[in-house]
Amino acid sequence: MSEHKKKLKLKVSAISEGTVIDHIPSENLFDVISILELDKTPNMITFGANLDSDKLVNKAIIKVSNQFFENDDINKIALIAPHAKLNIIKDYEVIEKKVVEVPSQVIGIVKCFNPKCITNAEPITTSFKVTSKEPIALKCMYCEKITSESQMVIK
Amino acid sequence: MNKKDLISIMDYSKEEHLRIMDLAADFEKNPNQKLLEGKVVASLFFEPSTRTRLSFETAINRMGGRIVGFSDAGSSSVTKGETLHDTIRMVSQYADLIVMRHPLEGSARYAAEVSSVPVINAGDGANQHPTQTLLDMYSILKTQNTFDDLNIFMVGDLRYGRTVHSLLMAMSQFENPIFNFIAPEELLMPEEYKIYLREKGIRFFEHLEFTDIISEADIVYMTRVQKERFSDPMEYEEVKNVYILRNSMLENTKPNMRILHPLPRVNEIATDVDKNEKAYYFQQALNGVFTREAIIAHALNLK
Ligand SMILES: [Zn+2]
Repeated sequence: MSEHKKKLKLKVSAISEGTVIDHIPSENLFDVISILELDKTPNMITFGANLDSDKLVNKAIIKVSNQFFENDDINKIALIAPHAKLNIIKDYEVIEKKVVEVPSQVIGIVKCFNPKCITNAEPITTSFKVTSKEPIALKCMYCEKITSESQMVIK
Repeated sequence: MNKKDLISIMDYSKEEHLRIMDLAADFEKNPNQKLLEGKVVASLFFEPSTRTRLSFETAINRMGGRIVGFSDAGSSSVTKGETLHDTIRMVSQYADLIVMRHPLEGSARYAAEVSSVPVINAGDGANQHPTQTLLDMYSILKTQNTFDDLNIFMVGDLRYGRTVHSLLMAMSQFENPIFNFIAPEELLMPEEYKIYLREKGIRFFEHLEFTDIISEADIVYMTRVQKERFSDPMEYEEVKNVYILRNSMLENTKPNMRILHPLPRVNEIATDVDKNEKAYYFQQALNGVFTREAIIAHALNLK
């Protein structure tokens, strides 16, 4: 193991209790933080971006101490970090691994791509039915138009 | 939410569609049933649509109801920057029912969420116009005496035409329909509806013109091909005459065949068709009053 990799490993595992979220595309790191409301958490969080990864050239990682997530909450990040992996840590040990799953319904988070949609004219929480998970396609509950993965913008 | 809103055509079950047909027939026999006596209906037209508004307001008047509202947003508080949310909150305290037309897509669904009284969508931008579809259905049932085994021709702008999309969904509920789509290359039926039909095992065919096949049709549903829809004006010039229905084309058509059009027509049906007994579009418009009476009665549990 190279010096670089050892250091990386050390940084990642230095948490006694909490959740490590790995394999986040670096460019979406701050969206993930805001979707999970980590910008409001009193818990200690550390994160790193632009790390090496096999799957993603630019991956980011978030470590949150003393915090665990419900599946419904964690699945919200599937839209922007579909390959994210969660390590649940207790007493410095990984006691559980989780992958994210695209939910069947998306409330908030994403903007409807349709400029003529009412949700883009008034302060309305968006609501979508997921009509395809790979690639992601979201049908707006209001205007009934489909926002495709390439059209997705995080609110 | 037990409110009987009508936002999208498929909000109603097949049974409800059929119930509206029965009620509409009943209102056609006797349009002046004073079921709305003592009731107030808000007619909120955030964009003008004289035809739809007159049809609704005739229905409400024939049922003995009172109308409050506005016929375009220019004369309302909307121009002062009030949100749709606040307008609907306020109006739903005054009225027993809201009929709403709005230029933004999804506005009717949102209004129904905010409103404490039922909302009937009279058109939300390019999205839905379910009362049009129900009156189209009523016109089909009245002229064909059935919803089953019908060969339905849809002609013109099948890409942007919301009325054909909703009618396609509605008619797909019945036995053994056949659809024939006749449209220029640029205005073909969108893929998502073709996928829907394939999944349901419903037969459909696509054509660029229809002179040779019109003899098979039970219903010919005409829509307007608008110049603005074409990226290349030359393309429009080339196809504009292909999608015009002329009286001479009706010679060998089935005796039960009827021509429908959501109106207003511009030139897509030549005026020489009007005197043909197969031209049904003006009666179709009248059917709109009976159908809207039926929808209102259903929404308020008056029948
Ligand atoms: Zn939308």
